[in-house]
Amino acid sequence: NLFEQFQRIANAYFLFLLILQLIPQISSLAWFTTVVPLVLVLAVSGVKDAIDDFVRSMLLTCTLEFDEKWMNVQVGDIIRLENNNFVTADLLLLSSSEPHSLTYIETAELDGETNLKVKQALTVTAELGEDLQKLTEFNGEVKCEAPNNKLDKFTGTLTLRGEKYALDNEKMLLRGCIIRNTEWCFGLVIYAGPDTKLMQNSGKTTFKRTSIDRLMNVLVLLIFAFLALMCLILAIGNGIWEYDKGYYFQVYLPWAEGVNSASYSGFLMFWSYVIILNTVVPISLYVSVEIIRLGNSFYIDWDRKMYYPPKDTPAQARTTTLNEELGQIKYIFSDKTGTLTQNIMCFNKCSIHGKSYEMNGKYLERRQKKVDFSYNQLADPKFAFYDHSLVEAVKLGDIQTHRFFRLLSLCHTVMPEEKKEGNLVYQAQSPDEGALVTAARNFGFVFRARTPETITVVEMGETKVYKLLAILDFNNVRKRMSVIVRSPEGDLTLYCKGADTILYELLHSSCDSLKEETTEHLNEFAGEGLRTLVVAYKNLDEEYFQDWIRRHHEASTALEGREDKLSELYEEIEKDLMLLGATAIEDKLQDGVPQTIETLARASIKIWVLTGDKQETAMNISYSCNLLNDDMDDVFVIEGSTSDDVLKELRDARKKMKPESFLDSDEINIQFEKSSKKPKVLPDEQANGVYGLVITGHSLAYGLEENLELELVRTACMCKVVICCRVTPLQKAQVVELVKKYKKAVTLAIGDGANDVSMIKTAHIGVGISGQEGMQAVLSSDFSFAQFRYLQRLLLVHGRWSYIRMCKFLKYFFYKNFAFTLVHFWYGFFSGFSAQTVYDEWFITLYNLVYTSLPVLGMSLFDQDVDDRWSLLFPQLYVPGQQNLYFNKTVFVKCMFQGIYSSLILFFIPYGAMYNTVRSDGKAIADYQSFALMVQTCLLIVVSVQICLDTSYWTVVNQFFIWGSLSVYFAITFTMYSDGDCYSFDSAFCFSGTARNTLSQPNVWLAIFLSITLCVLPVVGFRFLKTQLRPTPSDKVRKYLIKPEILLTTT
Amino acid sequence: MKNKMSFLQQEGEACPSRCPDNSAFRQQRLPAWKPQFTITAVLSTFFLTGMFCLSVGVCLILSANSIREIQIDYSDKCSDCSKLRENSSNWNKECLCSVNFTLKEDILGDVFMYYGLQNFYQNHRRYAISRSDAQLLGQNVNNSYCAPFTTYQNGTPMAPCGAIANSMFNDTFDLFYNLNSSVTQVPLLKTGNSWWTDKNVKFRNPKSYNLSSAFAGTSRPPYWQKPVYLLDEEDERNNGYINDDFIIWMRVSAFATFRNLYRRVRRIRQFADGLPAGNYTFHISYNFPVTKFKARKHVILSTVVWSGGSNPFLGIAYVISGTAATLAGFVITAIHLKLRKRKTYFQK
Repeated sequence: NLFEQFQRIANAYFLFLLILQLIPQISSLAWFTTVVPLVLVLAVSGVKDAIDDFVRSMLLTCTLEFDEKWMNVQVGDIIRLENNNFVTADLLLLSSSEPHSLTYIETAELDGETNLKVKQALTVTAELGEDLQKLTEFNGEVKCEAPNNKLDKFTGTLTLRGEKYALDNEKMLLRGCIIRNTEWCFGLVIYAGPDTKLMQNSGKTTFKRTSIDRLMNVLVLLIFAFLALMCLILAIGNGIWEYDKGYYFQVYLPWAEGVNSASYSGFLMFWSYVIILNTVVPISLYVSVEIIRLGNSFYIDWDRKMYYPPKDTPAQARTTTLNEELGQIKYIFSDKTGTLTQNIMCFNKCSIHGKSYEMNGKYLERRQKKVDFSYNQLADPKFAFYDHSLVEAVKLGDIQTHRFFRLLSLCHTVMPEEKKEGNLVYQAQSPDEGALVTAARNFGFVFRARTPETITVVEMGETKVYKLLAILDFNNVRKRMSVIVRSPEGDLTLYCKGADTILYELLHSSCDSLKEETTEHLNEFAGEGLRTLVVAYKNLDEEYFQDWIRRHHEASTALEGREDKLSELYEEIEKDLMLLGATAIEDKLQDGVPQTIETLARASIKIWVLTGDKQETAMNISYSCNLLNDDMDDVFVIEGSTSDDVLKELRDARKKMKPESFLDSDEINIQFEKSSKKPKVLPDEQANGVYGLVITGHSLAYGLEENLELELVRTACMCKVVICCRVTPLQKAQVVELVKKYKKAVTLAIGDGANDVSMIKTAHIGVGISGQEGMQAVLSSDFSFAQFRYLQRLLLVHGRWSYIRMCKFLKYFFYKNFAFTLVHFWYGFFSGFSAQTVYDEWFITLYNLVYTSLPVLGMSLFDQDVDDRWSLLFPQLYVPGQQNLYFNKTVFVKCMFQGIYSSLILFFIPYGAMYNTVRSDGKAIADYQSFALMVQTCLLIVVSVQICLDTSYWTVVNQFFIWGSLSVYFAITFTMYSDGDCYSFDSAFCFSGTARNTLSQPNVWLAIFLSITLCVLPVVGFRFLKTQLRPTPSDKVRKYLIKPEILLTTT
Repeated sequence: MKNKMSFLQQEGEACPSRCPDNSAFRQQRLPAWKPQFTITAVLSTFFLTGMFCLSVGVCLILSANSIREIQIDYSDKCSDCSKLRENSSNWNKECLCSVNFTLKEDILGDVFMYYGLQNFYQNHRRYAISRSDAQLLGQNVNNSYCAPFTTYQNGTPMAPCGAIANSMFNDTFDLFYNLNSSVTQVPLLKTGNSWWTDKNVKFRNPKSYNLSSAFAGTSRPPYWQKPVYLLDEEDERNNGYINDDFIIWMRVSAFATFRNLYRRVRRIRQFADGLPAGNYTFHISYNFPVTKFKARKHVILSTVVWSGGSNPFLGIAYVISGTAATLAGFVITAIHLKLRKRKTYFQK
């Protein structure tokens, strides 16, 4: 990752410095000043990597454990697996103990879904059974695609005895699965080791960098330039000095060997000063930044207020390098289903053959009795429905109603589990399906059992076995699924359910009037925020079907373009359908969603909802969770079906929000005119009110085209809320990409399903909700938790703190190193530009590592300007982060000037105080060693006081670190600079006795005090005046801490 | 808000396996002191610091003013000698020069005699590191730290080695008090002028039955007129590496202008109270060439006070800082009073 890369650059840099130090003419510092930091930095980053590895191995323990045993497994081996075994390679299922060679697996490791899934072997291989003889003689050829990371897709063929068989995902056991309810099974290894889909899936996430990271890199380069400039000045100074003075001083100090001119000496001095001044860019910067981020990530993992007990799910920072970006979010892109809503579906309403059955439990619950399902032994007792007319219809045997529920019980991919007789549990991959099948069950169409070839349904107490001839799968493009079954009576029927927009196109013209009635109902349902599906059927002609199924078989064994061929076939058969009716499923809002959205909106975060739902559903949910409300000036709906319409609608909306944006004098328009190319970044525009924008997927497709995208961004970003409905996963990512491209803002995408993965990966920060739809979103996210409402805590508390801590850290870090290093620069002017250091070498070595590292780490791990309750109470506190106010180039320049000022004080006050003076007993004090000791003592106290000023939250740890560092300094000073002989240190700098001879003098302490006062007092004054004149939001909130009564009077 | 609180509480209660610990550290609820810049704190800081600095500054200036100091630049007064020294072939020719001065009033108390050098870059890095602390501790090691003054071409090591030692200041001063045409030499103390730690810890002669044998096999540095074991023939404890003049020279100065303690006036007889007013003469043996690199040499007589030598800088700096802090305090008060009415908090 980036850290490692920088580590590499850092190592190269250190190596370069070491080489410089080994050249005797250049070397200006002892070797240990570079080696000790290098060793420590490497050690710390080693520990950090170890922690990362540990965390990672915690996640992968199970699989890793088996690595050893399964090391020798190779592609082409046949493996026997038993119940509850882990699958450790991607296997082609050959045979199993269960009838029809079914094998049940649990895929929790792969996608987090805990429901059992069923896999089935090819009939030809199933014959092999348990016969080892046959298995060893098994001789076939498998052709398959190259290893990839698609967990849900596999394409291949098996050639056995000259015949080709299609292989797909249904016959694959992937690494990471667990065999359940199956005594044994045999599998052929297709992919092993790193080629397995699980392994292909891990660690492929693109690396994200924060804006602070990018800024930091720019600043480091700037500092390098600054360093080069300083070295150049000093080198020129040295050249002049050597020419003017050093040449004559050669009586006492001949030029170094090989130096024969002043300019050559200056050249060498340039590199000597590079060594000395390199501490302006301390390499410990990157390590410290990583440590801080790691620490702040742990806080997220540890936060009990983001822990969801019902599911035993704590929040998780899956990426430990993005924390401070959480404090700068400007746009949130949210999924709806499972993110804003619970994704726990209830069958709520339906429309059957033009008659709407709607009973809203909410209003009638108390007054009316629940529908009595006692006639049905297999009903789910938890199911509640209040419309008795529907039950009557079922009981009367209305054909359409029966067909409706039959469809619901047949057309799905649910797995039943009947552990005890009569106690049915459905394992559904999507909650919608579960709800529908459960509804059918309660109305007397009990889906009982499933084999790959049959579906058993108990229809009003009568068991019927349907032959399952084909399943036409659901996917995001088709947005429908169909089954073709042969009833016990021998009728061939295709049952289809799907999104209304799609299905309506496929209906037979004879059901036009029914279509109208149903549409009315659908709009009604959607208006209440319900998820709707349309169901239809079609009776098939035997002859035609036989032909179709033959072509279907051909297509499904094709190696190339199988997908396309199949979908073509699907389209061919799914037409002229007969409309049956529609279902409406309620998806309840999660707890606290409206409050969270309100809080986030007050933090001026713009929320965009990207959902696959219908426009009405999406808008309704938006109203109920407070995204849209009646206080808004207007809600624009963009639903044009041509490029021009969309453009016109967008322009109209913008005209209403900000008429002046069409004037030629408008800033952005001028920008357009000037540059022929598109502007890279659009500034924020302020609308004249609060607006919402709703755009449909169809129009969005036009909006995302190159000629309209700018218009879309301008209009959409002026609105407070944007709702995109009927969008595909790809469009979700495109929308995020669009905002990332034109707005200088940090984006966050939050979602729970596989369809949100692209958006989660595209956004600066991806948040996964570990919900009902499996783990795919979580696996590709940077942060994950169980409930949408935790988002406000993640952003407003953790994000904000992380951002402020990181900014404070960077400000202080740059300050302290400027103050530290520039003293050498000033001293250069007084020491003949001879690369003489001000401090002794051990101080230079230890300054960044020991004396000043812990206090600043303490601050950046513990500091809180206001506590979490206040941050949630005053979301305005979040705004400075969005505007990047706490650390940017201006702030950096200020830190730099403060550092320069401090270094001036730190050099010139001791210089003035020591110049030509003596101790109070007449002995020497203006010697180099005393001066060095004095300056370094001043420096250390000044930077310690500075960190005290920066710390606004003094925990015990902070106190301990600050006082500890100071005492360590004095302890080391008094031992190393005391009376002991210094021969053992093997150093040219023998400071014996300096400490006690110098620090016993009153004038030394007076000089130290004056330096501290002059460094610190202006800072105190400026900070105070800043809180008075231009208070930041947190200053304003902190006022309450002084005067809590203000809060009482204003609320 | 209310129902949010209620479910937060629910979550707090039952906590199965993966629930994070409820420790103050993990929940970031460590007890902490949250200091703030209040107007009282800031103003008292400014005014107290201002007052303190002003008073310290006045004290420093007053005490610095009580110092008596005579500083004589003899680089020009002994121009003949300096011309002689410019030619290094005259290194063994003696050159004497005398400088007269008059004390108008008595200098009471301990009087210290310094030599001062200006424009002599003792702090040059290559100069400052050209020494061997091990050698000065009496250990006989071959040391490369001393470059370029380590050994002679024939391999004889220099003792002491290094550029600092080689360039040791070797002018000598004698002070005479002329009273009624009778000339009295002012008694001077030549030991006890260096740091105790230097004299007793950092510098030690090599061990041998006598000093000259201890330095056998070594040779004096090229610019020295006599070997190191003859630096003070009268006092065994001030000879060799532990010679006070040598030790003081070896403590390199931080800046190019500096003064080193040379002698102290021994307070006996008529000098018991210090130096009485009258005419004095310095007899200078001029050995140290400096004109080539435009350095200047001084001889200084000075007293000291609790705050050290006659450097007025600290006092002035304190007074200025104190004034500035106090003024800043008033400015802040004014700004605060003006802004007091402004509402600088959020409207809830």
